[in-house]
Parts: sequence; structure tokens; C-alpha cells
Amino acid sequence: MAKILAVDDSASMRQMVSFTLKGAGHDVLEASDGAEALKIAQGQAVDLVLSDVNMPNMNGIELCKNLRQLSSYKFTPILMLTTESAGDKKMEGKSAGATGWIVKPFNPDQLLSTIKKVLG
Amino acid sequence: MSIDLSQFHQVFFEESYEGLDIMENGLLQLDVNAPDAEEINTIFRAAHSIKGGAGTFGFTIVSDFTHVVETLLDEVRDGKRSLDQGSQDLLLKSVDCIRSLLEALQAGSTPDTNSSDELKQKFETLLSSGSSPNPAVSSDDGGSSEEPPKANGWKVLFKPQPHLLMTGNEPVRMFRQLIELSDGQYHTEVNIEKLPSFTSLDPEQCFLSWTLYLHNPVEKTEIEEVFEWVLDDAEVVIEAWSENLKSEIEEQTEKDEATSSDGPVQSSETDSLDKTLSSEDSKEVTKASGPDKVAVKAAPAKESSSIRVSIDKVDSLINMVGELVITQSMLGQLGENFDASRIQNLQEGLAQLEQNTRELQESVMKIRMMPISFVFSRFPRLVRDVSVSLNKRIELVMSGEHTELDKTVMEKIGDPMVHLIRNSIDHGIELPEIRKQNGKPETGTVELNAYHQSGNIVIEIKDDGAGLNKEKILEKAILKGIVDENQNLNDEQIFDLIFQPGFSTADQVSDLSGRGVGMDVVRRNIASLNGSIEVKSETGKGSQFIIRLPLTLAILDGQLVRVGEQTFIFPLVSIVESIQQNELELNNVGGQSDVLKLRDEYVPIVALHQVFDIQTDNKVDEDEKIIVVVESDGEKIGIVVDELLAQQQVVIKSLEENYQKVEGISGATILGDGRVALIVDISGLSKLSGASNKTIESNRHQAA
Repeated sequence: MAKILAVDDSASMRQMVSFTLKGAGHDVLEASDGAEALKIAQGQAVDLVLSDVNMPNMNGIELCKNLRQLSSYKFTPILMLTTESAGDKKMEGKSAGATGWIVKPFNPDQLLSTIKKVLG
Repeated sequence: MSIDLSQFHQVFFEESYEGLDIMENGLLQLDVNAPDAEEINTIFRAAHSIKGGAGTFGFTIVSDFTHVVETLLDEVRDGKRSLDQGSQDLLLKSVDCIRSLLEALQAGSTPDTNSSDELKQKFETLLSSGSSPNPAVSSDDGGSSEEPPKANGWKVLFKPQPHLLMTGNEPVRMFRQLIELSDGQYHTEVNIEKLPSFTSLDPEQCFLSWTLYLHNPVEKTEIEEVFEWVLDDAEVVIEAWSENLKSEIEEQTEKDEATSSDGPVQSSETDSLDKTLSSEDSKEVTKASGPDKVAVKAAPAKESSSIRVSIDKVDSLINMVGELVITQSMLGQLGENFDASRIQNLQEGLAQLEQNTRELQESVMKIRMMPISFVFSRFPRLVRDVSVSLNKRIELVMSGEHTELDKTVMEKIGDPMVHLIRNSIDHGIELPEIRKQNGKPETGTVELNAYHQSGNIVIEIKDDGAGLNKEKILEKAILKGIVDENQNLNDEQIFDLIFQPGFSTADQVSDLSGRGVGMDVVRRNIASLNGSIEVKSETGKGSQFIIRLPLTLAILDGQLVRVGEQTFIFPLVSIVESIQQNELELNNVGGQSDVLKLRDEYVPIVALHQVFDIQTDNKVDEDEKIIVVVESDGEKIGIVVDELLAQQQVVIKSLEENYQKVEGISGATILGDGRVALIVDISGLSKLSGASNKTIESNRHQAA
């Protein structure tokens, strides 16, 4: 049971991710862009951040960079939800400090098995 | 754990339609020669979200199609490709295409892929012709060409760089995955060579490296997957390792154990972690089955229209209901042992109930209120398409998009507006050359504006085109027998002729006469919404159409009046003032019925009992009667009634649906005592009584 911050500008994706994680017994916080996510993350400690890359206001890469600046998020797993299976976005995410990525489209089972890699 | 994804479909469709609107608007606003980076990004993001969602929720037709759109947009975004009119057109078409695919899917039918395939082909041609030979993105990175070797065991060297922990990757977690893969048959070695002395040890850095042995046959890709995210932050070497080397290894392990205390600690630690993990696992499984059972299958999404309501509105509604419950319980208590002494309390309670009901009603009505941008949003595309096809240059300027009105009204006003805007572009705005000749900017302007005015919403459609041609309209109206040749009409009345049934014809007498096509239908549609339309025009400068609509169709603020035994209702918004007859100066103009001189204006008077042929009572002296001055379509009339009653909100019931259409009456309502009262249609009444003609006469009289 972990506290997970799900960040996506798409409400349906957010709902799906949130529903899946809650179903697995996790606490889920939602944010619709990087700026909102950063604010939430500053207010409380979360165990895992799942973030979309393409978002208005602050994208996932910038969110990642910003989170790593915070001392309490130095080691927190940050996973990027990305459709760009082409390497450059992954690399950009990694160099911003992302832990790993989940390639969209994914189904709830894939999501759960992936986050198991970084939780616990 | 399996989750029924269909429960998210409705949200997905709604947000995809919103995304398509964003794309469409963005594309329309885009200057193809100098595209704004942020705008391109917004369009890209919308396409990207639709593709991602469609893929996730199993709509591969949509995600496949959107993929090519996204690829094109991505190339534009990265500056690898420039946009032109052609690609802009193609992108706009793709928006339509995605929308129709989604609509078909939402309706539960199989979408027709002919047009989408054709369009996709065009995209692919465009993409392959481009400067960037972007290979089709291979969805599987795994490399299916190479048969993954399967060995009896594996040796994995894992040598992380010091910063590994900073990426959120924790070696222990990876080892735990390996242990899972190994089915408990594994052993590990740790290398502490790089470990600095205690004083210079930075606990945030990783100095250890490991060699991990799996004793069982596992797919190599499964091991690779464990280290997938750290390939750039660590040296990972995966080698086949066979069982017969095991003894040698064991010896070495013993040696390791002897030299380093870290080794056994590490492995026992992972051992115990493994146990906690597996127990967590089983917990997850039991929990996960919970929501599965209760998951209600979402009803098939049919034509159920929905509206998004802001939380504020819902909260205020809940608050109101709470108040109502309190009042109800108070009244209930009062009723239990009621006697005459408590009448005061009862009255107070009822007053409170009335207020609650009114507030609740207002809150509910607010839910139906939506910004008119929902209608406006489709016009940029319309203007673009029509003007391109007519070779005209037109700029659409919109304001007041946030003005709210009832959803039902909104749904019905779209078509008349499309008609008016199309007319403005088609017949109003001149071709660029002609505009230039006339000293106007080559680009014409069509302005849309919306605002609230005394309980109505006003929508204006204004163009800076040629304006209406008075002579031609009059000529044609006389030809059609709509007006008499000798009739003297002012400008407004001439322009108004274009709304007359029978004025419209298919043959276009001139470039302006086409304005009349279907205008009577436009007016009728607007009138059916209890609204009105008027036109102002100036030759050479342009025309302006002004639509006035009630904010909602369901409820009306009314003034109750009595005429004989009957009660009628006047819409409160149209009442200017009410005057007792004996205080007035009544003139008799041209031998016809009375005209009231109201300050500097002459207002024709209509007696309601005469128009509707009602037996008026003799209880009220002629002088005591009331004249209610009302205004409609910019004209005032005075209506004579016996008595003014209360002002109250009335729920409008359609007379047409329950009985039949009655001239001069817009609807009916049921009063508190159960009787039916008719709601007076002011402009209809004015026409019915011939009061509008009287206005002209009285004005002439005034001028004389």
C-alpha cells in the first residue's frame, strides 16, 4: 500500500490509472498537469509519481526535473507514461531523473506489474 | 486483476471531442507561414491524448489513424516540417474523420473505415515525401527478429554508477524481481572494491556492484526487462551460466563470505524481503478482487446527452436541498399539533419554503446554463470553409463567448446562426477586389457578440459588407405582393421584409436578394424559442442581425393581470410601466382606436378584452382600468387590462403541444389555485391587433 501521485491531462487516463491503483489498495492523488502535481508533491510525501509526458503548463519532463530538486524526492520513483516508444523521449525523461517508463497503451495489469518494480 | 475498461469510455469520448475542438480551433487559428510553437504543441497534445486514450481503451481504429496525424504534428513541432495550406486542410479533415470514427464507436456501431483509410493514405504519402525519413515507429522494442536464447541459468553482472539511487532505481527492488524469476534458486556475490573508507562514504551514492546467479532456465528478455530502466546508469552483463559451474561458484561464494560480511547479509536480507513481498502479493490479490465483483457494467453509451457541471453549482444545489429539508421538518413538526395560535409560525415556515423553492429552482436552472462558446466554437471552421470556397477573405471576431444560456436554447439557436453567418459571408462580404475598389480593407470582418440584457441573451452577428439594398428589397416585395406599392415604409420596416414568408425565393435577382432565402425560417425558429430577430443595415457599410432570446425556456418572470374572469400573464421583461387610465391623455388618431401620448411618444393602445373577445366586467370603472405599456421588437404598445395582480415566476407549458397554436399567446401556465392562465406573446399581440401599423400612423401624426 503506497501513496501514488497520478499525473495526466487526460481525465479518462487519470481515472483508469486511479481506479486500477485504488483497486490494488493504493492511495491515489491526482493532478492534471505538472504544475498541479508539483504543488501536491510539495505539500505531502508520496511514494511514487506516475506522470504523462505531454501536458499543458508543465510537462512530465519538467515535473521530473523539479521534483528531483526537492530533497524529499531525491530517491522517489518517478515513472513516465509515454507513447513515444522511440528512444529520445525516454532518454529525455531519464536525464531529467525519471526512474523508468510505462509505454502507452497499457492495460491495468501491465500498470500494476510495472509499478511493482519500484514499490516496496 | 481485470478491470472493465468500458466504464471509462464515456469520459474518454467526451474528452476526445473536447480535444478535437481544441485541434480544430488551433488549426484554424494557426498561421501556416509562421506557426506559433505553443499552438502547435497544444494541437499535438490533443492528438496525442486521443491516440493514447484510444489505444488504452481498445479503439485501435482511432489510435492507428491518429498515429499518422500525430506523427505529422510531431514533425512540425520539432521543426522538421513546415505547414502549408494543404497539410492544414488535411489536418482539419482528419479532425472530422476522427470525430466520425468516435461517434460511430460511441454509438456502438462499426465505423466506416473507407474515408479514414483514404485519408490515412494521404498522410502517409505526405509523411514519406517529407524531409525526414521517419521510419514507422516499431511498437515492440524487444526485437522480435532475434530468437531470445534460453539458457539453463544466468549470470548477471550489475555494476551501477554511483548516481543510480538518484534516479529512483533501487537495486534491492531489482534483485527482488530476479529472485522471483529464479523461483528461489539463486545466489549472489557482492563486490565492495569501490567502497570508500567510512569517513568519505557518501550514503547517497552507490559503490557496490553485484554478480547475480540464477540457477533456473528463464527467458533472457525477462532478465533484460528487470534492468530495462537502468541500462544507462549501470553496466549490465547478462551471460548464460550453466549448472556444472555451480560448484566452482559455491567455492567462491564461501570465500566471499569469509572475506566480506556483506555477502550473506545481503542475501539474507533479500530473502526476508522476498517473504514480505510474497505476503504483500497475496494481500494485493485478495484486495484486487473486490472492485471487480462490484464493478457495474457501464450502460451502452447511446444518445444520452450530458452536461458538465461545475462543482460550485452542485455544491450550492446540495446546500439548497439541505435548507429545504430543514424547512420541511420544521413544517412537519408544526403540523403534528397545530392550533390557531401557531398560525404565525406556519406563515413564517411557508415564507421560508417559498424562498427555498425559489433558490433551489434558480440553482437547478443554473445547471442547465452553459457558455455560448459551445455554439460559437463551430463558426471559425464554417467561416474558413465558406470563405475559401468563395475566394473571400474574412476574419471572424468573437466576443462574449462566456455568456451563459440554457442548454436547450443553445441547441436550437445553432442552425439559425449558421444560416445568418453563411449569408453574411455569401451575400454580405464582397469579393476582395470589390472591397478594394470601394476603399475597404480586402479582408472582411464578421463579428459575433453575445451578452445579457435584462433577462435576455442578445446575440449579434455583424458584417462590414455591402449592406442590404433597400430599393431591391422593396421592389421585390411589391413584386411578390407582400407589400402594397403605395405603402410608406421606413428603413426598418423595409429590412424587416426579408423575414416575411414568401419573400424568399431560390432565384437570385441580384447579389443581394439572396439574403431573403430562408430568412422566414430563421425568424420562425427564433420565435419558437420566444425570441426575436431584427436587422439593421447601412448600404456600403454592412448589416447587423440582433437576436434576442430568453435565458431559459422553462420559466418566466410574469406579471399576472385580470381581464374579466380571465387571468393573463405578461412577461415581466417586456413591461415598461403601468399607468392608470384616468391619469392619461388619450388621443384619437385617424378615427381609429386610442393612441396614448406617453411623454414625447405616441403609443398605440390595445384592449385585451377586444382582441381576445372576452366579456369584460363592469365592476371596474373605465377610468380605473390599467394600461400596461410593453415593449417588443423595439415598439411600444399599451395594453388595457382590468386589474394588475401579483408578480410571480410561472412555469411555461406549451400550448401547441397540449392544445394548438393560438395567435397572440405564447404559452400557458397553471396557477396556484389550479386554473390555467395564458401567457401573452407581446409581439404577436401587437401584430394581431394591428398596433404596429398604428405606430407608423402615430409617428406620422407626430411628424406632421
